[in-house]
Amino acid sequence: MYAQRPEVRPATVEVLVDGRPVLVPEGASAAAAVLVAGLPALRTTPVGAAPRLPYCMMGVCFDCLAEIDGVPNRQACMVTVAPGMRIAPQRGARIAGPRA
Amino acid sequence: MVLPAQPPSPAQDRHDAIVIGGGLVGAAIAYGLAEQGLDTLLLDEGDVAHRASRGNFGLVWVQSKGLGAPHYQRWSRQSAAAWPALAAALATRTGLDTALEQPGGLHLCLSEEEFSARAARMERMRAEAGNLGFEYRMLDRSEVAERLPGIGPAVVGASWTPYDGHAGALTLLRALHAAFRDLGGTYRPNAAVARIDAAPHDFRVTASGMTARAPRLVLAAGLGNAVLAPMVGLAAPVRPERGQILVTERARPVLPVPTVNVRQTAEGSLLIGESKEDAGFDAQTQIPSVMRGMARRAVLAMPWIAELNIVRAWSALRVMSADGLPIYDRSERFPGAFTANCHSGVTLAAAHAQMLAPMIAAGALAPELLPFSAERFGHVRTAA
Repeated sequence: MYAQRPEVRPATVEVLVDGRPVLVPEGASAAAAVLVAGLPALRTTPVGAAPRLPYCMMGVCFDCLAEIDGVPNRQACMVTVAPGMRIAPQRGARIAGPRA
Repeated sequence: MVLPAQPPSPAQDRHDAIVIGGGLVGAAIAYGLAEQGLDTLLLDEGDVAHRASRGNFGLVWVQSKGLGAPHYQRWSRQSAAAWPALAAALATRTGLDTALEQPGGLHLCLSEEEFSARAARMERMRAEAGNLGFEYRMLDRSEVAERLPGIGPAVVGASWTPYDGHAGALTLLRALHAAFRDLGGTYRPNAAVARIDAAPHDFRVTASGMTARAPRLVLAAGLGNAVLAPMVGLAAPVRPERGQILVTERARPVLPVPTVNVRQTAEGSLLIGESKEDAGFDAQTQIPSVMRGMARRAVLAMPWIAELNIVRAWSALRVMSADGLPIYDRSERFPGAFTANCHSGVTLAAAHAQMLAPMIAAGALAPELLPFSAERFGHVRTAA
């Protein structure tokens, strides 16, 4: 669904999106990596269980919430990729509590 | 506000009752009056109002209500007991789920001093309750841990009563309004009351260009009651007490019972509250030291809360009397006029809808409500 523009910098940073390796350029956001990976949904909403993907790409809509390197509910569009970063989907609300 | 092109005709203008104030107190009473079959008009000031109901924490809370005032404990308990019927009636009529849960509630104590002071308070509550009884337990640390996961080392114990619970305050407000309108009630938003012309059993209210008339008038305008009550020969000495609330990101259900300062909503957010400040009418500012204190106490009680992000915070103004108890009055000078003032619009919603509204419809407050008169502050009712 999404292809990188041909003139962009080379995709040199490997991250894991839902466990799958994806190559994106240095400086790209985790949300961009999610779109390149082509996931059907990055998360489901906590109350209505509606599917969501990154949308605004500028930190406003919070649709791109993901678990990044083990930390839930991060705005993927506001996080710059790093080699080996793990970007995991969230199904419903995050888990919290003493056993989280 | 969209004003009608022509003023309403006198026939349309008349109602059986007018309620001033569209928050939780006014909406609950208006809904209750409509259930009594009264043609009721509900006037709501608008977004310039202080809107305490929009900032409510959402506890249906009994255990700390009415030390030295057993009538307040009894009234709160009656309301909590009537809440399931209210929630069911609202759900049936509106399809809205107010998310009422009444699993009992905990007041956590974070030091031996807090624990012994709490124990003394609860024992006094029981003594004052008399025949009504007051079921409570002081739980030690291990008993608290059985009811609440992941308590911190600072938790010494807790008081527990079976009467406590919580509900969605905003959904309740929406459901009361929806049920009121479904029963044929008339709701007028952006209707700031400019004038009340009072006569016994005959009240004419002018609000934002409209005038309405009814033999019954209920003032339920929160802090606005202080100004309105003298217009009907009553006093409503209420002042603002600011409370702040912190809201975390949503989490899967993790808190099986509400505590007095932390609860988890049906949608998953944790609300952290119970601050008290005298800040006049300022509901805009939030004081970092107060927010820090609230967060610290929550994290001392349940350290895992520190992992959660705070996504929202707000403050609102409680409607407080000098002794913290509600004020209910019926005007002697202008029979038919009543005031209702309290800071527990959620807890007391069932009492207001199911007990207070029928009294107002019948024209007199039951004896159990007489101790709530503002006369207790030395305000003498104006004789006719």
